[in-house]
Amino acid sequence: MEADNQTPEIFGQTPWQTVGPFFHYQLPWKGCADLTGCSDLGARLDLMPAEHCLLYRAAERGPISGEPIRIIGRVLDANGTPVPDALLEIWQANAAGRYHSPADPRSELPLQAAFAGFGRAATAADGTFHFRTIMPGPVPGPGARLQAPHIAVGVLGRGLIKRLVTRIYFEGDAANETDPILAMVPASRRHTLIARRTAGGDGGEDGVAAYCFDVHLQGERETVFFDC
Amino acid sequence: MNSIHYKREDAAQPPSLFPAYTSTPARSPREPLVRIPQTLTETTGPADWEQLLGPAVADLTAQHRGMPQGQRIVVSGSVLDEDRRPVPNTVVEIWQANAAGRYIHLRDQWDAPIDPNFTGAGRVITDAAGRYRYVTVRPGAYPWGNHYNAWRPAHIHLSLMGPAFATRLVTQMYFPDDPLIRIDPIANAVPLPYRQRMVARFDIDTTMPSWALGYRFDIVLRGREATPMER
Repeated sequence: MEADNQTPEIFGQTPWQTVGPFFHYQLPWKGCADLTGCSDLGARLDLMPAEHCLLYRAAERGPISGEPIRIIGRVLDANGTPVPDALLEIWQANAAGRYHSPADPRSELPLQAAFAGFGRAATAADGTFHFRTIMPGPVPGPGARLQAPHIAVGVLGRGLIKRLVTRIYFEGDAANETDPILAMVPASRRHTLIARRTAGGDGGEDGVAAYCFDVHLQGERETVFFDC
Repeated sequence: MNSIHYKREDAAQPPSLFPAYTSTPARSPREPLVRIPQTLTETTGPADWEQLLGPAVADLTAQHRGMPQGQRIVVSGSVLDEDRRPVPNTVVEIWQANAAGRYIHLRDQWDAPIDPNFTGAGRVITDAAGRYRYVTVRPGAYPWGNHYNAWRPAHIHLSLMGPAFATRLVTQMYFPDDPLIRIDPIANAVPLPYRQRMVARFDIDTTMPSWALGYRFDIVLRGREATPMER
């Protein structure tokens, strides 16, 4: 008999496979890119018939502590062509630097139930994405040194057999200079991880700071991706 | 800090660049990945599934007025780590084509019929022993534009977060005795024998008398490192 999932001799990590082009009616929920509010941001409701739209809508939530920010950008391929069928996932600490996770043992730091710190955004037809969140606080890194504020990013999509992992750091934060993870990245490529502060992006939203972060899957400006 | 660290990828994980899957050459990096230690960022992950994604939907055949077309099936198994530790209270997101091989997605241009009684999206959360179970119909194979006469084998997409950012997994479950698996560039990005980890087993004990065929499929996430690897 041919080996299969239940064969003890080949037991081990289940292999990654691409999300393919048709993940939009499952993975992005309504508001998945809005970590502080409850809009439809992040979903692609234009890609499914209304009678088959079963997407969950994020619940109403109260105000969330911290500096509100927006992150806008594009996913681009080797030729600089926008990728319209990618999905970004982000994971971050709250403003106090605590992760909303049972694996963060630092109970002395405040948690806010309304801020999960996890979000998704499906790219639009022009390859753009847009998150609303708050600036994360600093978290400990290797050797108990503090890491600069950052957001972990997973990139999935058609043509991506497995997830690519990167990080968003923020332009103008002095802690970037001493960040232990950035220090492991060749100096000439560090800029690919630093979101640039912009004047408004898509029209400006009541004074909320906007940061621009493009993901270049390949090419001269290829983004740094991590093995972690 | 005595936080848990996770093992790295094992030999089963496919490369990002697999030219036979023709969307990968322009969408995969050419620079080597930068290896970094796992920090609290990578060893933590979201856990409040219901608040985040919504309540479980374990019966994909009960989302509309009538029964969907096709062969009803039950899929069950466990979510484990590499050391066979169960992964409790973790979410499994599910999506698939209908019995004719058609997705309800508007970009799916194949002319196989839409089934008004089948959307093909569900979500289950593992119990304290890491077990999950859902009901659906067997998806059909379908043609795609990768190369001349390309057909995807029947498959169900599965998405798992696990306990940490580092344990994220998206995979596809295939069915036994499907001749399309060995000629499918996406499945073939995973070398043998590991490719067979993605093939479910028909199971008479999971099969429900006079109701549905049963398949077993265990999902294995990255295991824990014996000792922290920092420093």
